Amino acid sequence: MIKVCKLDEIPRLGARRFHFNGGAPIAIFRNASDHVFALRDECPHKGGPLSQGIVFGESVACPLHNWCIDLKTGTAAAPDEGCVTRYEVRVVDGVVELKP
Amino acid sequence: MERQKLVVVGNGMAGVRVIEEILKLAPGLYDITIFGAEPHPNYNRILLSPVLAGEQTLDDIVLNGLDWYREHGIRLHLGRKVSRIDRVRREVHAEDGTIEPYDRLLLATGSNPFVLPVPGAKLPGVLTYRDIGDTQAMIDASSKHTGAVVIGGGLLGLEAANGLKLRGMNVTVVHLMPWLMERQLDRAASNLLQRTLEAKGLAFRLEANTEAILGTEHVTGVRLKTGEEIPAQLVVMAVGIRPNFDLAQAAGLYCSRGIVVNDTLQTYDPRIYAVGECVSHRGTAYGLVAPLFEMAKVCANHLAFHGIGRYAGSLTSTKLKVTGVDLFSAGDFTGGEGTEDIVLADPGDGVYKRLVIKDDKLVGAVLYGDTVDGTWYFRLLREKRSVADIRDKLMFGESNLGTGGHQGENRAAALAMDAEVCGCNGVCKGAIVKAIKDKGLFTLEEVRKQTKASSSCGSCTGLVEQILMFTAGGDYSSAPKKKAMCGCTERTHQEVRDAIRDHELLSIPAVHAFLEWRTPDGCATCRPALNYYLISSWPHRAQDDPQSRFINERSHANIQKDGTYSVVPRMWGGETNSSELRRIADVVDKYAIPTVKVTGGQRVDLLGVKKEDLPGVWRDLGMPSGHAYAKALRTVKTCVGSEWCRFGTQDSTRMGQELERALWRMYAPHKVKLAVSGCPRNCAESGIKDVGVIGVDSGWEIHVAGNGGIKTEVAQFLCKVKTHEEVLEHAGAFLELYREEGWYLERTVHFVGRVGLDYVKKRILEDSAGRRELWERLQFALDGEPDPWHEPQKAGIDLRQFAAIR
Repeated sequence: MIKVCKLDEIPRLGARRFHFNGGAPIAIFRNASDHVFALRDECPHKGGPLSQGIVFGESVACPLHNWCIDLKTGTAAAPDEGCVTRYEVRVVDGVVELKP
Repeated sequence: MERQKLVVVGNGMAGVRVIEEILKLAPGLYDITIFGAEPHPNYNRILLSPVLAGEQTLDDIVLNGLDWYREHGIRLHLGRKVSRIDRVRREVHAEDGTIEPYDRLLLATGSNPFVLPVPGAKLPGVLTYRDIGDTQAMIDASSKHTGAVVIGGGLLGLEAANGLKLRGMNVTVVHLMPWLMERQLDRAASNLLQRTLEAKGLAFRLEANTEAILGTEHVTGVRLKTGEEIPAQLVVMAVGIRPNFDLAQAAGLYCSRGIVVNDTLQTYDPRIYAVGECVSHRGTAYGLVAPLFEMAKVCANHLAFHGIGRYAGSLTSTKLKVTGVDLFSAGDFTGGEGTEDIVLADPGDGVYKRLVIKDDKLVGAVLYGDTVDGTWYFRLLREKRSVADIRDKLMFGESNLGTGGHQGENRAAALAMDAEVCGCNGVCKGAIVKAIKDKGLFTLEEVRKQTKASSSCGSCTGLVEQILMFTAGGDYSSAPKKKAMCGCTERTHQEVRDAIRDHELLSIPAVHAFLEWRTPDGCATCRPALNYYLISSWPHRAQDDPQSRFINERSHANIQKDGTYSVVPRMWGGETNSSELRRIADVVDKYAIPTVKVTGGQRVDLLGVKKEDLPGVWRDLGMPSGHAYAKALRTVKTCVGSEWCRFGTQDSTRMGQELERALWRMYAPHKVKLAVSGCPRNCAESGIKDVGVIGVDSGWEIHVAGNGGIKTEVAQFLCKVKTHEEVLEHAGAFLELYREEGWYLERTVHFVGRVGLDYVKKRILEDSAGRRELWERLQFALDGEPDPWHEPQKAGIDLRQFAAIR
């Protein structure tokens, strides 16, 4: 696990983009109940940056064509089909940690 | 605790629909048993005609296959007819001795075809047209015999006749009344229909009374009262249906031309419910599918112990499923005292439309040949909206079919399967038809979700609705009268707006609590709407919530397909200068911006800006935000006007700049575009803007609610005024009215279409004090509103978004 940022640095019902070692960008989400989720920042549909979407419940709506992606599983809500890579992520003492 | 037992008598569309609804609302609540007299799982009865016509197969029309019943643990008794209900013991008895006890019983026994009491009616070869068995018998007969008579020239009779003709038989339709489908069509439309069907090879005997069916072993023909004998080896009776309530009546339930139910679909025995064609609700029996589904929804709600919702009856519309015939009717078109007709008849082109108006409201519509606006007329009919202000345009239909994206085609039936219907998402007719058939879709919403057709710009909605009606059959236009904002609530946009205003709700959580939202923090559909309603209802009091805005309004730039952004600085009235252009050029170089494009709104668009560069680009441009990314005032397009133009009568550039300076930073339900032209040549295209101002020698004309988008809509004349101040006040008041009363994502053209131009005139022209108050409220709302590019803190922008974590 690597330390990413403080939980407070991610807006509630929002996300931040995380670049790790020049790899593909990762979107780190924080929902209303302060749970954090991490997905590859690329919608399975047309590659839209999920970190820019609207977060609600445990989902995010992609900003390009409004596909809804489940933050826990990375899968698209039916009837759309697709899946995006998930990353393990947790909050320890107010700090977000991620397994890249 | 042992589950309650729910027994359903009738395995048709109505009964099974109730079960589907219950499974959605309260899965696992009941132990469910269904009796079906036919040996088939639930199928779409309306599609028997396409099966008869050879356009679909029996497998195509199955709605719930046997595995569906298995999956949901439903005990299914097929081919077992229920013979009696023991209400004291609460048991259902079938003919074969099966007994099922119940806690709740649902009757969905449908209807029986009516058989004419004439000699020979029981002969082999005489059929009714009701179920798969009848359909199969007709198909078999058509392969052995050549002559058929269909008795009854109503919807079902004509569909049967058409199907038999397509299977190669010589078909004569015998009809008692002077014209075909007299309950759905007036004489003129019926004549057109008859001509079309005659051209397909059908023969008709109208005002003809059947005296006897001839034959001894098997049917040989039909004799009419006139003495004429028509040879036939197949006779189909399609003279009407009778609600099937024998079982209920025998059980002592109160029946009167149907099983009598109340608005919750409950019979006189509180444990017994009834839905569908067997029911008599407020004295009416329904035979179309939309009312059945509405009933099913209410009934399921009560059976699931939710206890909300009442069925208050339905208005129905009719569509004939004969390929190549476009026909639609709804409401009451018999005319009579106090009604007026608007008629368009073009027999040469096979088009006939008749609209019946009473007390300024549309009460009936008959369309033949061109039915694309059927769903719109049906909506007007249901909503009982006054049509006084759109009377002159009523005949020419709604903007429900845009001009672009489907090659100008507006007749769904005539479209080839590979024709593109939805130009946005590249969906062809075949894909829509396949989805409707394969997935058993019934509503426009379902089609949108499954195929994406009509889900983007919506310009093909009319076509998709037609395809839906044609493919699924019957009347599927029956969107609920009340459309919920989204899945998070049952409230409509109007109800939410009203609650926010009347109860002084100031935050999204307050709205959620007050209106009992179903989800903890809404969804991507309702949150932006709520945020807009709050800040437009309570300016300077409600707090803007950036996380409830779409990314464009959160980052104040327009997201592009590759995740970069576009930046459009504001140029007042489309006027710029060397210093601004120089700064733009420097910014393009400094940030290596790949594309620079002149927009339609007389500005410059910088495309391909990286998100982290946005704050720097704004700072270096040193120009105000153009709000090209927002549901807000975009541009005020102007012509050069009297300052330079030899035809100009007014200084349109200055007028446009005054408007833009007064109105910029104005958020609205949707984007807002203005234009000011200096003379009626209208070089700024004022005729297709939300507010279009046209200078004439004696002052300014103000036009509102135009639209140059999906469907080009010419703006409507609002008023003529003399001075710049008056233009500002009238335009501002109109826009504030739209801001306060428009629904989120509703353009001015749709807002004015909904409330009516007369209402707008009443508020803006007739009530001058009210107009001034509107204008003042807008100025109050805009007072101190920051430029997000240059006062980001004040605008509440989360600047952390522009820096990725590394």
